[in-house]
Amino acid sequence: MADRAFKITPRLGAGAAGLLVALVLLALGGVLARAEFGTGLRPAEWAAIRFTVLQAALSALLSVGLAIPVARALARRRFRGRAILVTLLGAPFILPVIVAVFGLIAVFGRSGWINGALGAVGLPEVSIYGFHGVVLAHVFFNLPLVTRLLLQGWQGIPSEQFRLAAQLRLTPRAVFLTLERPMLRQTAPGALALVFVICLTSFAVALTLGGGPRATTVELAIYQAFQFDFDLGRAALLTLVQLVLAGGTALLAMRFVPELAVGGGLDRPLRRWDAQGGLVRLLDGVLIALGAGFLLLPLISVVLRGVSGLSQMPASVYLATGNSLMVAGLSVTLTLALALPMAGWIASRSRGGVEAVGLLGLAASPLMIGTGWFILINPVISPSALALPVTAIVNAMMALPFAVRVLVPPMRNLLERFLPLTQTLGMQGWPLWRWVILPRLRPQIGFAAGLSGALSMGDLGVIALFADPERVTLPLQMYRLMGAYRMDAAAGAALLLLVLSLGVFWVCDKGGRWGAEA
Amino acid sequence: MLKLEDLLIVQDDFELRADFMLEARRKYAVIGPSGAGKSTLLGALCGFVPLTSGRILWEGADITASHPGRRPITILFQDNNLFPHLSVRQNVGLGIRPDLRLSPEEKEDVDAALQRVGLLVHAEARPGNLSGGQQSRTALARVLVQARPLVLLDEPFAALGPALRMEMLDLVQDLVAETGASLVMVTHAPDDVRRIADEVIFVEGGRAQAPQPAAELMENPPSELRAYLG
Repeated sequence: MADRAFKITPRLGAGAAGLLVALVLLALGGVLARAEFGTGLRPAEWAAIRFTVLQAALSALLSVGLAIPVARALARRRFRGRAILVTLLGAPFILPVIVAVFGLIAVFGRSGWINGALGAVGLPEVSIYGFHGVVLAHVFFNLPLVTRLLLQGWQGIPSEQFRLAAQLRLTPRAVFLTLERPMLRQTAPGALALVFVICLTSFAVALTLGGGPRATTVELAIYQAFQFDFDLGRAALLTLVQLVLAGGTALLAMRFVPELAVGGGLDRPLRRWDAQGGLVRLLDGVLIALGAGFLLLPLISVVLRGVSGLSQMPASVYLATGNSLMVAGLSVTLTLALALPMAGWIASRSRGGVEAVGLLGLAASPLMIGTGWFILINPVISPSALALPVTAIVNAMMALPFAVRVLVPPMRNLLERFLPLTQTLGMQGWPLWRWVILPRLRPQIGFAAGLSGALSMGDLGVIALFADPERVTLPLQMYRLMGAYRMDAAAGAALLLLVLSLGVFWVCDKGGRWGAEA
Repeated sequence: MLKLEDLLIVQDDFELRADFMLEARRKYAVIGPSGAGKSTLLGALCGFVPLTSGRILWEGADITASHPGRRPITILFQDNNLFPHLSVRQNVGLGIRPDLRLSPEEKEDVDAALQRVGLLVHAEARPGNLSGGQQSRTALARVLVQARPLVLLDEPFAALGPALRMEMLDLVQDLVAETGASLVMVTHAPDDVRRIADEVIFVEGGRAQAPQPAAELMENPPSELRAYLG
């Protein structure tokens, strides 16, 4: 009944999309103006490209390969704390990279828990820096994400099929072949593609754990061309390489990348009758414990070390905290101001559109946009004067694809359900938003705001290009403390950043749900 | 009053034609087999379903391209007639002003309508906390304040029990008598036709036939109507 001829916010929505495209094109223009093609790519840059692709491929394979058994175990076991664990699987997504890296170093680093244990039994120590470390951190971030995605796949198998399997007394192997393998064939390629694309544009992980000729990503090479050589021509050229590499891959991978569902129903385990044998249960238990440990130990170590470090924090940390809160607030406002009209516009069109926005977000890496704008701003005023607003804008652009993906499906449902009624009542424009869309989408708006706020709070990317000693954000300040080996102060900052990021998300998400009903 | 002039609606392989007048202060029942296009006809009158050709005239003025909110028509759908997040009073108030900025007099009108359908005590409740019958009354109170000359019912009471449905239909009948509106209601029940309708629009075989007096038609149905009635 809902006629697509009626559009919600067509002009504002198209305007927001146009603004986004313009911001990206402007950056691209700046990059093209300065790129120096003369010398071509040097061996060091070829090495960066090879490293980027190799670590992304291995990270994707490991994340998905390990997530399959963990998700399988979670899908068929019911235990106390399962719901909390499934919720926590969403945490790495909004966790500041620098905080996670700090936790990983505490667990896997030279004087970390694992090496302590290995040393005690006389085994050689493992290194967290270089190729291993980058892949380890990427698996830490993406294993939980993929586990959630696959859990959605398991949840999507109709419960009747498991009842049928029980009736036919299928063995776990038979259940896997008849029910689970076909589902994995559909979901696993998408998960692989998603992780691969995410890892291609990795910056903060490479900055902290990689570096040097053998572990530099293209994104990091852009930063280094800036920071160490102030070679804008080279940075611009690398930016184009990154655009082709990440953008091209995103374009190819887009059709595989799955929808990111929000929270729905993953905490309800299905009653299962298969795989009740003692050995299988033990194996599942071990898998779940390992997965939970891998996720939780670094976070616990951040909390433990951070508590004692809080008193060691210099005043600069508080200054940076204020900056970060300001940037996050601005970024949330911008994200919603762009995402809401865009979602209204996209939802009242036929399918498509969301994918294009998502593509733009994946293809245009933050450092590419940062480089482009730096080149444009530099002749006019000192870029560091604009460090914070530019960071907020770039953060908003990065959060936008997620926000739009979160908002469009419920907006579509809403229009399907209530568009005829709003039409007969003559509700348009602001009254339609005020009385129908905003109150009904409040939970999703809160969730999108929370995502955007947490991502911005923890972002260590474009700010690194623009910052000077005064205009720093908390993640950058923490990185500087780590660089100066002030580990106690860094630990305190890490805890503060962890609490603030999760707190911003929690406040927005709860605020959206509070008092809202179905 | 409302003139349907050579209406043609084509959707994929579905086709519906109509060419007749609806008069003031009359009650029409729309009957016909499932999928014949009863709801489509109502949707076209409201402006939800685009016309392939033909015109709709309201007292001589062409409203074919008018926005659904600007037509002299109000409609109750099968469901989703109320916003679940708004109170009963707000839901009714939207019938007067879509931005809900009501003047004191308009607020009184809302309360008078709620009083009329017996829901003033539940004015602050959310629809989800009301019974099916009370939800229907809320929607009818809104129809009352909208006071449009043509009221369309696309089986809004289908989910109610028989006794409650009759009660609602009687209430509708009283309300349109009070406001002087015409009523067009889709129904599957011959009893409803006998109880309420002055005239019957029979939809079948890609055509909405011109209204015919209900009593005569039901007494002496032509063959395809007899086949439908069974």
